[in-house]
Amino acid sequence: MSILVRNVSKRFGDFVALDDVSLDAESGALTALLGPSGSGKSTLLRIIAGLETADEGAILLGGKDATAVAPQKRNVGFVFQHYAAFKHMTVRDNIAFGLKVRKRPKAEIAERVDELLNLVQLQNFGHRYPAQLSGGQRQRMGLARALAPEPQVLLLDEPFGALDARVRSELREWLRRLHDVVHVTTVFVTHDQDEAMEISDQIAVINHGRLEQAGSPRELYDNPASEFVMTFVGDAQPLGEALVRPHDIDLLTEPVDGAVEAMIVRVTLLGRDAKVELHDASGAELVVLMTRDRFDDAGYWRGQTVWALPQRERVFAETA
Amino acid sequence: MKRLLSRLGLRTLALAYLALILVGPLAVVFWRTFEDGFGPAWDALTTPETLNAFKLTLIITAIAVPVNTVFGIVCALAIVRRRFRGKGLLNAFIDLPLALSPVVVGLALFLLYGRDGWFGSWLDDRGIEVLFALPAMVIATIFVSLPFVAREVVPTLREIGDDQEQAARTLGASGWQTFWRITLPSIRWAVIYGVILTTARCLGEYGAVAVVSGRLQGETETATLRVQERYEAFDLAGAYAISIVLALIAILVLVAMTVIRPKEGTA
Repeated sequence: MSILVRNVSKRFGDFVALDDVSLDAESGALTALLGPSGSGKSTLLRIIAGLETADEGAILLGGKDATAVAPQKRNVGFVFQHYAAFKHMTVRDNIAFGLKVRKRPKAEIAERVDELLNLVQLQNFGHRYPAQLSGGQRQRMGLARALAPEPQVLLLDEPFGALDARVRSELREWLRRLHDVVHVTTVFVTHDQDEAMEISDQIAVINHGRLEQAGSPRELYDNPASEFVMTFVGDAQPLGEALVRPHDIDLLTEPVDGAVEAMIVRVTLLGRDAKVELHDASGAELVVLMTRDRFDDAGYWRGQTVWALPQRERVFAETA
Repeated sequence: MKRLLSRLGLRTLALAYLALILVGPLAVVFWRTFEDGFGPAWDALTTPETLNAFKLTLIITAIAVPVNTVFGIVCALAIVRRRFRGKGLLNAFIDLPLALSPVVVGLALFLLYGRDGWFGSWLDDRGIEVLFALPAMVIATIFVSLPFVAREVVPTLREIGDDQEQAARTLGASGWQTFWRITLPSIRWAVIYGVILTTARCLGEYGAVAVVSGRLQGETETATLRVQERYEAFDLAGAYAISIVLALIAILVLVAMTVIRPKEGTA
């Protein structure tokens, strides 16, 4: 089921959380809402779920206007950052909740819960209480609970935000694989660009309540529409009038047209990559990343004067 | 060693204070009641007037506790989960019965429902008895025992947050289903604790009921009023016996509370 967000605005008192945001999420796609904290991305997700109401604009689910539909009638699955586990229920009862309130037959519920426990690899934890689970397990339970009533739309609000880095990347991969199996239209909120790049079909970058750009990860990286997108999706730094990514700079030992003279102040070897830090004549810092092979061939050294030549740079008229 | 001493010192001080203020008087009452054996105490307890007084106290409690439980939960939900004009006022008003002397409450009811009061003549015309009858006593008791459930539930509701309720809504639960399946189980200990405190307050109420009941022996006399009446009639044995029963009920309530209440930090 597709999700269409049409000109949605939302204020909390004087604070503008969302300003005229429109976004399409195709049926079956995995969309990331990416932005810094306080950008309004969670508010947008909550408006799609019906947990908040938009001041203006409309939400269409599967082509039907759902703006005024109560959350319990939207048939969405929602996964919360802090799990929102039902603490007084076992894992089984948590997962069964959405089916029980729909008054499904007992046998059917038991079967579906077993299926989901397998899917999220919690087969042996059905009779535990949430307090007896680790963070990662709790969040898998949260996912199973959200998926149990077979929602048309799965919404995840920084689902891995409260977990440590290793569990995070495991769950991230797992979510991608799960999405390939379940094929439910999924929108998830994150402030982690790697997470967004790694698993989504589409990324919507949100900043200060406005949609900066929406597109595939590659589109955003290669053709950022604004300075904000360029710096937020992948690294970028100013070089003269333009913005340039650390990978897109050549270091030359001879001056050429368009190159900036700079001195190497620090060299760090990062496994396969080498990071070269430079200062230009005005003292501005510049970071250049290159492969170890290239670095070793050129044999750069600290204190060396080089000329930095951007291979691919961008100039944005308006600076945010 | 010094720390041990100071700890023992604090403990001794606390226990001595409790003994002096609470346990001492109670022990004396116990002793005086059974000074002449169980017989006189039993006789004093089984007079028709005294039995009626206990019955009345139980009836009033049985009405006031459920009313205040429902009201307390509704108020707590309104205060914590809703935003509306006058919320601060509601929050403050709930505490009013704690601040106000029960005698003043009784007097206020007197002024409302008395013959010359606001509702008095209207009720009188229709032959409805409020003052000097069960209704006024129930209203007075409800008033004085009103804050306890709300005061217990409000902090618990704040603490659990509304994440679980929101999750229930997205899973398809109606407001009613969310309340019964998620909210109420989450606040159950606070509710039980509030109910116990409310019950204790209802059983022990004296001042407000004294003003509005008219204290008609065998009719509108509750157990606590009966104690005072027996005392004034120089029937000390009777007064002590009734006091003992009230004290036993209070102790029972406290024990129930200790047993029922989960250990700190769980549930």
